[in-house]
Amino acid sequence: MYGKVLHIDLSRKRSWVDDESELFINRIGGVGVGIKLLEEELPKGVDPLDPENVIVFTVGPLTGLYPMASKTIALFKSPLTGNLGESHAGGRSAIAIKSAGYEAIVVKGASETPIYVAVHGEKVFFRDASGLWGVGSSLTVGRVIREREPGAGIRSIMRIGVAGEKLVRYACVTTETYRHFGRLGLGAVFGSKKLKALVVSGAGVIQVKDVKLYRTLYDEIFNATTRTAIMRKYHDIGTSMNVSPLNEIGGLPTRNLKEAKFEGAEKISGDFLAENYLGRRVACSHCPVACIHLAALREPYEDEPYFYKTTMISYDYELIYALGSLLGISNTEGMLRLFHEVEVLGTDAISTGVLLAWMTEVFEKGLISETETAGLKPKWGDWKTYLKSMRFLVEQPTEFYRDLSMGVAYASNKYGGSDYALSFGGNEMPGYHTGPVAHIGFLTGARHSHLDSAGYSLDQKLLKEDRKPSVEEVVDYLLEEEAWRQILSSLVVCFFARGIYSPTLVVDALKSVGYEFSPTELAKLGLDILRDKNRFKLREGFRIGDLKPAKRIYETASPLGCIDDEFIGKAVNLFYARMGI
Amino acid sequence: MDYMCAKRVSIVDSERCVGCQLCMFACTRRLGYGGLGLSAILVKSTGGIERGLTVIVCRACPSPPCQKVCPTGALTAREGGGVRLNPDKCIGCGHCRDACPFGAIFWNYELNKPIVCLYCGYCVNYCPYKILAFEEVGK
Repeated sequence: MYGKVLHIDLSRKRSWVDDESELFINRIGGVGVGIKLLEEELPKGVDPLDPENVIVFTVGPLTGLYPMASKTIALFKSPLTGNLGESHAGGRSAIAIKSAGYEAIVVKGASETPIYVAVHGEKVFFRDASGLWGVGSSLTVGRVIREREPGAGIRSIMRIGVAGEKLVRYACVTTETYRHFGRLGLGAVFGSKKLKALVVSGAGVIQVKDVKLYRTLYDEIFNATTRTAIMRKYHDIGTSMNVSPLNEIGGLPTRNLKEAKFEGAEKISGDFLAENYLGRRVACSHCPVACIHLAALREPYEDEPYFYKTTMISYDYELIYALGSLLGISNTEGMLRLFHEVEVLGTDAISTGVLLAWMTEVFEKGLISETETAGLKPKWGDWKTYLKSMRFLVEQPTEFYRDLSMGVAYASNKYGGSDYALSFGGNEMPGYHTGPVAHIGFLTGARHSHLDSAGYSLDQKLLKEDRKPSVEEVVDYLLEEEAWRQILSSLVVCFFARGIYSPTLVVDALKSVGYEFSPTELAKLGLDILRDKNRFKLREGFRIGDLKPAKRIYETASPLGCIDDEFIGKAVNLFYARMGI
Repeated sequence: MDYMCAKRVSIVDSERCVGCQLCMFACTRRLGYGGLGLSAILVKSTGGIERGLTVIVCRACPSPPCQKVCPTGALTAREGGGVRLNPDKCIGCGHCRDACPFGAIFWNYELNKPIVCLYCGYCVNYCPYKILAFEEVGK
């Protein structure tokens, strides 16, 4: 049966399975189904940290069958924005959920004491996690659970760090050490439920309707992925490849976006990291691309000669932006230490970097002093101080850090500096100052993320063609892109594979598992899902008129020149009008 | 089978393995299913992904311990190394699984019988990083 939903009630320590096959047949899976389940399960207006908040994990019909259909979608109410929370993660999470026999897992309620939940196929175990609560490093938590639970190689261990326990509103959930449900604070929702981890494993197989078609199509996708240039960018240098080109065109946010070109970019670029630090490559389950790049950082112990430790640290473009250029850091090893620290603490790297950048600027301008920062003097490029501040962001030794744990929008409302608090709809800004389209995308995207509609891509195209777009062109592009991405995230295909999973391929892949969709029907469904997400946001209090980007984005020139606020305003209004909600 | 022709899947360099598990998916797909539930090859971390990965698959022992402990004769030694399973004779006692020092006998929980490598080499075709090779036993 396709469409089994496992419900886990943490308050009553009970679990049960529902058949939602009809919903899955109509809405494919992933986000398409997830938003419906969230709408149904989540009481209107509930506080995101209340036990009544609901977490919906979903996978899709291609999970476990085709390469790169390897994402899990998490939907929840975000404690950062107070509205729709949506995060995607890879690792082994998707195949583990599918192999356990489910297409979705719904977590609700809250435990009174720390627990972790282990799902092994049909069996659900509520295990005490009192001993794991407060453990300083999320890496240790992973290690302990690995030893205690079965299913090595075929399981996923989704866990939080101390940040999630401390309800830091942008805490993440980490899986398989290096992958994250990063954005919008799922970690804090876990923390509010006293849920330290969710372990999933299973040994089920997936029935295929047309085995011959399945194998043929599989080979087609496999060959396109491994023998053509489509995935090369992610394969070779990885996402960090973006650093140099974005810097060259002047689109790399630097020192809290006071500038968009960083003089120290070379030392934090993808090429430099690959040449000097790349120590291992890793992949999500069922992905031949292996975009996960791990730097090997060798550090001496200061108190004893001839003692070294080597740490494997995952790096990606967004981390380099947030904890590198945005903080004016060009010391490669210093930056890598910051990457490791977010991993240890379990916060979202982008939000963390934006907060530290804003904190540096308000400190610089005298809006706060060492009283607020607990004695720290944040300064551009000073990674050692940032390392300490990251810990304070989580431990919250002063009221100021408690306010920072709410996100940059909240903190800037209280302390000032809203003009340069880089947030969109309450979510901290991703690393693209490529032009107006990126920013319109951050504003209109359902989760205010660069991955919603990839506006930076159109900006760069416009730069190459040396022309200005019309409002209509921008809106059409963003709407079409975001709608199509709803289909990809309903199939749970990784966005990096969007060049492979064309509409025609998607139609064929769905056919091989018994779905009949035409490209037109898919386009319509994509738009419907997007509308559902936005309707959910309206239900939970989202107002288009509240979308006000920081003035800073207009002050610092982009590669396409200074951004015009009137143009942005018109595009945002037209976007919502065209979407029709 | 001619001794020289008996082939097996060998691990060329597990340090280079990225953990994509395409070999595992291939193994179950070979039998007409999706997922990993029937796979006779396993890729797992050596104590967390930061410590690297290991690949576990039948090495086609010339004198297989799994076969020696099989009480019903369901596992027979393959000429040239490795074993063949006759599921009709298997009672699912699990001794073979316990006897394999590599953990290369996997388990079909639905049938309560072992999953044993068929030495077909199908998985090797899908390894994008040349971790696996299909070669004669003893090479």
